[in-house]
Amino acid sequence: MDKILVGLKRVVDYNVRVRVKSDGSGVETDGVKMSINPFDEIALEEALRIKESGGASEIVVVSVGTSEAQQQLRTGLAMGADRAILITTDDAPDVLSCARALLEIVNREDPGLVIVGKQAIDDDNAQTGQMLAALWGRPQATCASKIELDGDKAIITREIDVGMERIEIDLPAVVTADLRLNEPRYVKLPDIMKAKKKPLDEIAFAELGVEAGPQIAHSSYEPPSERDKGVMVDDVQGLVTSLKDRGLL
Amino acid sequence: MSRILVIAEHDGSTLNASIAKTVACAAQIENAEIDVLVLADAAGPIAAEAASLASVSRVLTIESESNAHPLAALLAPQIVAAAQNYTHVFGPSTTFGKDLMPRVAALLGVNQISDIMSVAGSHEFKRPIYAGNVVVTLSAPADVIVVATVRTASYKAVATGNSAPIESISVDADLPTHTRFVDAQAGSSDRPDLQTAAVVVAGGRALGSVENFDLIYTLADKLGAGVGASRAAVDAGYVANELQVGQTGKIIAPDLYIAIGISGAIQHLTGIKDAGTIVAINKDEEAPIFEVADIGLAGDLFTVVPELTEALG
Ligand SMILES: Cc1cc2nc3c(=O)[nH]c(=O)nc-3n(C[C@H](O)[C@H](O)[C@H](O)COP(=O)(O)OP(=O)(O)OC[C@H]3O[C@@H](n4cnc5c(N)ncnc54)[C@H](O)[C@@H]3O)c2cc1C
Ligand SMILES: Nc1ncnc2c1ncn2[C@@H]1O[C@H](COP(=O)(O)O)[C@@H](O)[C@H]1O
Repeated sequence: MDKILVGLKRVVDYNVRVRVKSDGSGVETDGVKMSINPFDEIALEEALRIKESGGASEIVVVSVGTSEAQQQLRTGLAMGADRAILITTDDAPDVLSCARALLEIVNREDPGLVIVGKQAIDDDNAQTGQMLAALWGRPQATCASKIELDGDKAIITREIDVGMERIEIDLPAVVTADLRLNEPRYVKLPDIMKAKKKPLDEIAFAELGVEAGPQIAHSSYEPPSERDKGVMVDDVQGLVTSLKDRGLL
Repeated sequence: MSRILVIAEHDGSTLNASIAKTVACAAQIENAEIDVLVLADAAGPIAAEAASLASVSRVLTIESESNAHPLAALLAPQIVAAAQNYTHVFGPSTTFGKDLMPRVAALLGVNQISDIMSVAGSHEFKRPIYAGNVVVTLSAPADVIVVATVRTASYKAVATGNSAPIESISVDADLPTHTRFVDAQAGSSDRPDLQTAAVVVAGGRALGSVENFDLIYTLADKLGAGVGASRAAVDAGYVANELQVGQTGKIIAPDLYIAIGISGAIQHLTGIKDAGTIVAINKDEEAPIFEVADIGLAGDLFTVVPELTEALG
């Protein structure tokens, strides 16, 4: 195929323990480490491997976000993507609008495959790939742990609750990457230098002519309820007694 | 009044346990009429199970060969057609529901709410974000249909004993041919299902090998427990992927969870927050798992676990 499009979302790094703002109006993200959503690194790695084995000729990474998402796109370029597109917007769009914006890019770029993450670890929505596939009228294969391309078709192995499932889809299609699809490569310093010269186009979200979806309002943010502090026991006998006391044995 | 359509997950013959919990969430909405939609090849026994759930008004079935396997691309247009007179469409936030419901929402032109953990009103819900570190309250617009998945670990199954009427319906929907089921490989296990087991014993990276994981199975069998694992244990190949507990695996709420050789990363903890009692066995007294454990035992699992198994007789 010609082209694979990969979605890269800028998110709070998975190692950061986020906190709710004291007034409950949102999540504290000032000065917090930001990264590519881990699942999107996996999505990009897969696209790169497909290209390296001759299955595709160009990898385009796309992000919807503030201009700061340039950093994540540059990292994507350093990993090996050929080109980047940043759809700039100051306020985080709802998922449907984001999927509609991605569809615009899909229509312009005409990729043979779109790979996104199975979920973004900030909002934990797990929706964008499926919405894009629906709007595009194309197949979706979520939670992929293996992609086998075969001409204008692909067999996708999916991680499902009872084990694994394989489905066959016609291309183009949207695939969402699960944890065990691959292990993403590390970026090397020379690649970071090279990435600076690769094209990164910015398009204003407003210019795409995307209709905003019906908005779901986020009215308040709060920390989760804490579990009560437990007890430490000294040995197995103590554990067994403690379990018996609670009526669990 | 709210009219809620719950999409049934099933394996072709039995209703998935997540549905009784999804109905429980729907039933928290005041003045709601709850219908369950079963899309299947042969809906009979599945529909009968759904009809027995308390709070269910009607069970609707759409039977066709193309519904033999749950392919979102085929199910979604049928659900959209069936959902016309409803105010809400709910599915479980299992892999099935997460795959399907966003596709339904996009076809309906609305946003979707993931992982409802509590109901504050017919259009107001709470859900966890950032791996459960934050709980956000959402209000959906009242003039469009609400499409949502329900975090099943937050709900107890509704009772059975109901006998709601079952109706076969047909819908006018164009089904694509671009997506085809090939095969499925279910992990074979006689142990209780991880998502519904009252007791779960889980092992982490510390187990170190496939063979050593037998320690976990042996203890689980003594307790009649289901078996879970951390991502590290799954990635290392000690156990199959469907045993992963956490942010990107299964979210569970057993009465008793025993974490063995698991450090307690935030991504893991979010999967067990609703467990009744959490027991942690870890040789590192500083391990974060002890911050959430109700009962902690600092020790080497290779001596503690055989001793515990022995002590259970
Ligand atoms: C995007 C993303 C999603 C993720 N999703 C999940 C998820 O869904 N579920 C999940 O579990 N993780 C998930 N993770 C991974 C998570 O961050 C941790 O890396 C993982 O949970 C660690 O697994 P572990 O506790 O088994 O291993 P480790 O963190 O290595 O902990 C091993 C523990 O065993 C103890 N130990 C060692 N030897 C012994 C012994 N002999 N006896 C007793 N104790 C011993 C150690 O003290 C240590 O605490 C995710 C990560 C990312 C980035
Ligand atoms: N703003 C965004 N920009 C680029 N890709 C995104 C964006 N939001 C979501 N995605 C992609 O969609 C996947 C699923 O995200 P979500 O539906 O938000 O959980 C992510 O892993 C990304 O690959």
